[in-house]
Amino acid sequence: MFLNFLDALRAAGIPVGIKEHLVLIEALDADVIERTPEDFYHLARATYVKDEGLIDRFDQVFARVFQGVLGSGGEARPEIPADWLKAVAERYLTPEQMAEIQSLGSWDAIMDTLRQRLEEQTGRHQGGSKWIGTGGTSPFGNGGYNPEGVRIGGEGRHGRAIKVWDKREFRNLDNTRELGTRNIKVALRRLRRFAREGAADEFDLDGTVAGTARQGWLDVKMRPERRNAVKLLLFLDVGGSMDPFVKLCEELFSAATAEFRHLEFWYFHNCPYEGVWKDNRRRYQERTPTWDVLHKFGSDHKLLFVGDASMSPYEISHPGGSVEHMNEEAGAVWLQRLTTAYPAAAWLNPLPREQWDYGQSIRMIRDLMADRMYPLTLAGLDEATRELTRKR
Amino acid sequence: MKRFESTDTYVATDDLKVAVNAAVRLRRPLLVKGEPGTGKTVLAHEIAAAIGAPLIEWTVKSTTKAAQGLYEYDAVARLRDGQLGDPRVHDIANYIRRGKLWEAFTHPTPPVLLIDEVDKADIEFPNDLLHELDRMEFHVYETGETVRAAERPIVVITSNNEKDLPDAFLRRCFFHYIRFPDRETMQAIVDVHFPGIQKLLVGRALDLFYEVREVPGLKKKPSTSELIDWLKLLLHEDMPLEVLQNRDPTKAIPPLHGALLKNEQDVMLFERLAFMARRQGRP
Repeated sequence: MFLNFLDALRAAGIPVGIKEHLVLIEALDADVIERTPEDFYHLARATYVKDEGLIDRFDQVFARVFQGVLGSGGEARPEIPADWLKAVAERYLTPEQMAEIQSLGSWDAIMDTLRQRLEEQTGRHQGGSKWIGTGGTSPFGNGGYNPEGVRIGGEGRHGRAIKVWDKREFRNLDNTRELGTRNIKVALRRLRRFAREGAADEFDLDGTVAGTARQGWLDVKMRPERRNAVKLLLFLDVGGSMDPFVKLCEELFSAATAEFRHLEFWYFHNCPYEGVWKDNRRRYQERTPTWDVLHKFGSDHKLLFVGDASMSPYEISHPGGSVEHMNEEAGAVWLQRLTTAYPAAAWLNPLPREQWDYGQSIRMIRDLMADRMYPLTLAGLDEATRELTRKR
Repeated sequence: MKRFESTDTYVATDDLKVAVNAAVRLRRPLLVKGEPGTGKTVLAHEIAAAIGAPLIEWTVKSTTKAAQGLYEYDAVARLRDGQLGDPRVHDIANYIRRGKLWEAFTHPTPPVLLIDEVDKADIEFPNDLLHELDRMEFHVYETGETVRAAERPIVVITSNNEKDLPDAFLRRCFFHYIRFPDRETMQAIVDVHFPGIQKLLVGRALDLFYEVREVPGLKKKPSTSELIDWLKLLLHEDMPLEVLQNRDPTKAIPPLHGALLKNEQDVMLFERLAFMARRQGRP
């Protein structure tokens, strides 16, 4: 029963197992729901999907598998209704623009273009790229299960679905990727430094014995628990030449977020300048001044850059050299500030070591980092953690 | 067993109803996620009220250990009593303190057990509870007894997504994500909380509220509970409708904003927006 649904979900990368499937059958058997397609959909979703980021993908699979079975409720790829198109047009075009477009040709022709555009978008989306699906910001997120097309306006009203497809190139790194991170976690383990801080809630046997012997009566001693006290500042290069290494960086990021209690991360592009950011979708609105980072985090933090250091040499050496904004101070100045503030620092480069000598900018960064550049491999990570934990 | 429906104090969407009823019927844990302030904790109270079961709350903190939910053995008290010659010392059971899970398992009628903010605890916390939640039993090593639930309690677990939960844990749960309510649901929620409130006032306040949520760069977006508080304040202050209606872009900060904006950077952001609007308006 529903086995092809299970297969389709697994094929779409939703981690469902026999356990979930049996629960669903059990629930159906126990008559938990009314026998309507909607209730079945809700029940299946609550059983199979355990991560809100995957709901969107689930909706697509559901629509595809139950196409035609559930009658009007579950058509997979309906014709895009005219009022959807109108809603999109109203949303993204100003009245002047609309008037201008209308003067260029007939409304129908424009709508056809828009329709093509949207179909192209749906197609790309069905391809299973998860970025656009996460958080339900895509206008065609649910792929047609809900034919009213709520998400065109519904979600957009909350200010999220603003032409997501145009902004795709700078996506956030996904730290939910678990496969393959175990080795990295083991390598990062070297960075542990245990310290006893916080509330005294652990029984201290040695202290109690010593205290009791000294006092003559039972003298109970407590102490705080041992915890990993390493503090890490992680700076990740995104976009442009870093695109081929996204998977690798995600794995590192995922492992690092799971491993450290005190982890702060920021993104930068090519070289850190006066501002870094936490969310790539808001990279232009929400910048953290690098000075704030320097002031806020003490010098006991360890500094780790991840980037390919491949750029125009001017981006490092000259004020105003940045590719995307006018920087008043050169990248080298900022890099020096950061490495001075945090003596324990390292740069991980996803490019293989053999290629480093061919790039002038890589040599410059390596000089600025005082040769503390390591390849982003397990062995390189091992070297980097050794460097970071070196006693100074 | 009664079914879970919207009540006169809580608005439940269809998918939430299905998830809750499935969890209640099959007695499997229900994992609820969502933005802070969308009513995750309140949900457990409502389930308890709807099916007429008592509620046992276990609020998880960063220092909470899974074993504390089962029981704690107070060795220090026993050691002290031993020194003082207290006869209680001979029975180890006197020093076993029952945890919330024990309480829930041995309750005469099956209760609703709320494990609140499970993601606050250590990353291993959910793994340590796998067996106990699955089989609804655990072993007390000190006394050698096994505590078993005669009838499985209804377990509601909430998470704010601060840490990922392990797969094995998720396998055993029903999952529901409380998405931020759309305007119609929000209207229903407001109606439930303030039955007599003027339609116009609510409409205008909701406009303002969603406008505030849409301002890019807010550190903490106001959520349902903040809206309810704000409306309460507006009613209490007898804010005239005109104040909400005559919106002047140069006064970007909504009246009584303290209930909506909880972060001084956010308030600053609004002041800056107002300043920029004023500057643009100048000839």
